[in-house]
Amino acid sequence: MKNLLSAADLSREDAVEILDTARRMQEVQTREVKKLPPLRGRTVVNLFFEDSTRTRSSFEIAGKWLSADVINVSAKGSSLSKGESLRDTVLTVEAMGVDALVVRHHASGAVARIAQWVSCPVLNAGDGTHEHPTQALLDAYTLRGRLGVLADRHVAIVGDITHSRVARSNVLLLRTLGARVTLVAPPTLMPAGVASWPCETSWDLDAVLSGKAHGDVDAVMMLRVQRERMSGGYFPTEREYAIGYGLSPERLELLGDQAPVLHPGPMNRGLEISSLAADGPRSVVLDQVQAGVAVRMAVLYRLLAGPGEVPV
Amino acid sequence: MAEHRRAPVPDPRGAEGTVILREADVGRVVDRMAHEIIETVAKGDFDAVLLGIPTRGVPLAYRLGARIEVFAGVALPVGSIDITLYRDDLRVRGVRPLAQTLQPEGGITGRSVILVDDVLCSGRTCRAALDALTELGRPRLVQLATLVDRGHRQLPIRADYVGKNIPTSATQNVRVLLAEVDGSDAVIVEEGR
Repeated sequence: MKNLLSAADLSREDAVEILDTARRMQEVQTREVKKLPPLRGRTVVNLFFEDSTRTRSSFEIAGKWLSADVINVSAKGSSLSKGESLRDTVLTVEAMGVDALVVRHHASGAVARIAQWVSCPVLNAGDGTHEHPTQALLDAYTLRGRLGVLADRHVAIVGDITHSRVARSNVLLLRTLGARVTLVAPPTLMPAGVASWPCETSWDLDAVLSGKAHGDVDAVMMLRVQRERMSGGYFPTEREYAIGYGLSPERLELLGDQAPVLHPGPMNRGLEISSLAADGPRSVVLDQVQAGVAVRMAVLYRLLAGPGEVPV
Repeated sequence: MAEHRRAPVPDPRGAEGTVILREADVGRVVDRMAHEIIETVAKGDFDAVLLGIPTRGVPLAYRLGARIEVFAGVALPVGSIDITLYRDDLRVRGVRPLAQTLQPEGGITGRSVILVDDVLCSGRTCRAALDALTELGRPRLVQLATLVDRGHRQLPIRADYVGKNIPTSATQNVRVLLAEVDGSDAVIVEEGR
């Protein structure tokens, strides 16, 4: 495994190993000295062409705790704003001798394209509405912490599926790990071609949460309504969306006692998730953030600590 | 990715190679090491911990702890210390899965730490363990206990407690089997290939 571009790149064995490694990495977070040596002398560049708080900072922390040198480059204030092409920017950064690129880009497929241009490992930190594999890994890690083994567990992913890279990566990874996924969204926010995805779909949140539609739900993941990616009218009003697809206190009651509530953040409180759901005992939102660092440490370790790809 | 894990051999008599220690021998050797450790740590009022290096150093540390409790009536805290991230051959031999680091009760700062491993050879594992230790705390004293010392040191490191010195050639392999991991106890020298 040289790059991490898609959750589909991970075999079940790879995914389980990364999650197990992440568990060891998380033990470091409780130590006084949060520093491990395996990436000493390696340089990781976070190349972010789109805004991000948690992903960028958690990649940065993960790299630093593994002793790598981490540099952040954001599109604002870079040569891109002077008209340089993406390829030139990326090759310039690589030519400085970096050992890995962590890339977020607003265009789907841009990260995979970059991986073809450069010779160092490339990690996808979110590309457009396509994929966000480390988010799927941290969600799987959080779910494992709450539910144990994920095989035959049933996860409902609810909300703006069309614009969600998180949903796609999660469907792929949860499938790999043997879990069942049901996507719930209004028809306008269900992506074209979803029929070919390895999951069930539904437009009726109440039926899914109560287990009447596709069986009991073991966990529910609420997705952010991504207004910045919406050009047309995907739903009449926010109030109507909240009534139909928001995780209200009443809907929370439909869930089984142990079922955790996930949200990749940032949350639109009152829209897709109520404060009672976001702050309640079922909420694992902050566990997800903490898992993000551990999982990214595990991925960086896996991709960078070894000798690298043996040249053919 | 799993080439460093060896297949378990349930019956040492069926394994190839020369059996150096059998089940009963291993028991006696562990008992002697326990007595030697007691002699030392008794001077420090038993303010010591046993830290096993995974994989087989960990059950060995627990066994030593149990025998010390039988002989001296004192239960030393036992933990484990994973050294994978501190190895100097990650870049050469590739990444490997991590094992558990378990801080012994009360931590290690200010106490005597006895590192426990199954085989001492190049000394590189022990060096990595010393590095890993500094991030867990500052022990008063660090010692090394090993079931087998097979020679071929590449670093200025020696063990304080040795179960059995086994002179070997560089091409031979020493395999320590422990009941907790392998189903039975034995020490076997195999001819390398």
